[in-house]
Amino acid sequence: MRIKNYFLNHLYAFFYSLGQISRAPLSSVMTVVVIGITLAFPAGLYAVLKNAQQLSAGWDEVAQISVFLKKDVGGQALDDLAKRLHDRPDIAKITTVPAAKALEEFRKLSGFDDALRALEENPLPSVLIIQPAAGYADPTAVEHLQVSLRKLPEADFVQLDLQWVQRLHAVLEIAKRGVEILAVLLGLAVLLIVGNTIRLGVQSNRDEIAITKLIGATDGFVRRPFLYAGIWYGLLGGIIAWGLVSLALLLLDEPVRKVSALYDSTFTLGMLDVWTTLLLLTSGTLLGLLGSWLAVGKHLRAVEPD
Amino acid sequence: MIQFTNVTKRYPGGHQALNNVSFELKSGEMAFLTGHSGAGKSTLLKLITCIERPTTGQVMVNGKNLGKLGRRHVPAVRRQIGMIFQDHKLINERTVFDNVALPLVIAGLHNHPEIARRVRAALDKVGLLGKEKQYPVTLSSGEQQRVGIARAVVNKPALLLADEPTGNLDPDLAAEVMGLFGQFNQVGVTVLIVSHNVDLITRFRSRILHLEKGGLV
Repeated sequence: MRIKNYFLNHLYAFFYSLGQISRAPLSSVMTVVVIGITLAFPAGLYAVLKNAQQLSAGWDEVAQISVFLKKDVGGQALDDLAKRLHDRPDIAKITTVPAAKALEEFRKLSGFDDALRALEENPLPSVLIIQPAAGYADPTAVEHLQVSLRKLPEADFVQLDLQWVQRLHAVLEIAKRGVEILAVLLGLAVLLIVGNTIRLGVQSNRDEIAITKLIGATDGFVRRPFLYAGIWYGLLGGIIAWGLVSLALLLLDEPVRKVSALYDSTFTLGMLDVWTTLLLLTSGTLLGLLGSWLAVGKHLRAVEPD
Repeated sequence: MIQFTNVTKRYPGGHQALNNVSFELKSGEMAFLTGHSGAGKSTLLKLITCIERPTTGQVMVNGKNLGKLGRRHVPAVRRQIGMIFQDHKLINERTVFDNVALPLVIAGLHNHPEIARRVRAALDKVGLLGKEKQYPVTLSSGEQQRVGIARAVVNKPALLLADEPTGNLDPDLAAEVMGLFGQFNQVGVTVLIVSHNVDLITRFRSRILHLEKGGLV
């Protein structure tokens, strides 16, 4: 009976709070939209970031190490070295680019044909292009391979073609931290927005609250509808945020498709997934509840019958 | 039902509203509280309803010592008292039905047919059946007062407190309202009415508590 009553009390507050919100539709809608925009900001950035991470995640696997050899290594020595290295378990494939071939390619691609012809000798070294084995493609293993290649007596300079991807990842990591900080700050903003709306609600219902207390309502009875109102604000704000972010992603999808087609990529923008959506709605709801709880605790005490 | 023992109430700022007041109102009794404005009538009612606490002395209501009551236990005390106010204290945004049903909802009653039955019974008692769906502002002052009375009795409290219930009513209506209190008293409800209306009071052969400058005389 007690438990049933408890739920019925909450059910009452649930519907009563809906009634309260619909009684002042304009200000309620404004509050909800402001919360929606505030939540949409970090959620949208998070979605973009996640897409960028997904896009760059595939790039790890095309890691290549270019080993520029000393000038005197060529011909048979080059082939021997390639053969020797190929036995290593962490190397999947070695492409040898002899100095002469490199020059020819460079001539073709660079357009410096005449200038290069003027040179007396080939300024380019022979190069080994090494692809790490599948099990050794993670950043530390690649790093390890790079170090051991650098120790080869024939090697002049070893370049990891992946470095820029790693840098991108580092930048994305910073961006992610930035979005997290922003999300916390905007979460605080949502608390303040809900708190202020609830405070105004308490003030405009002062008489009603005082009367209700006078005829024996407990603090909990008076507080409950406001807590539910906070939940409503947060949840509806979260839904609006979801809508705004989805709309933005939808609008961006077409141009992104065009750009990725230009890069011979089939990349498309991912929409908000189920977990992100749930996270957005849950955090909206919890922020709404917390905001109203903080405000109501402070302001309801001030309303006493006289 | 109500027992005051050497109760003194001094407000912050030094104003002494009640000075060493002692009286007892037995269960089932009906009494009038009279006195000039500023004599301490309102303060006395506020002490019974826990809006104010006594500075010294003891206030017992229904066997509970209100001076020592924690904030958490105040609502339970108020639920046992039906209160009627001079300014009605109705919630203007809610219908007559909702206003009268409020004490039942606060008490945790959720069975809608039962609520409707009790609200109708209370409204019938004060002659307002058929006005459930109206809002308080559309009613006359006398009707609003009677809505307030219906709300006070809907929960069948053992104690009724009325603060100037006939203050804004013409003589006929005032007599009618007072008659209602008499009826409630006859079915065993303890009634304490603050009133100036000497004509009406003398028609009842009830006890009269007269306050003057904070003391009972």
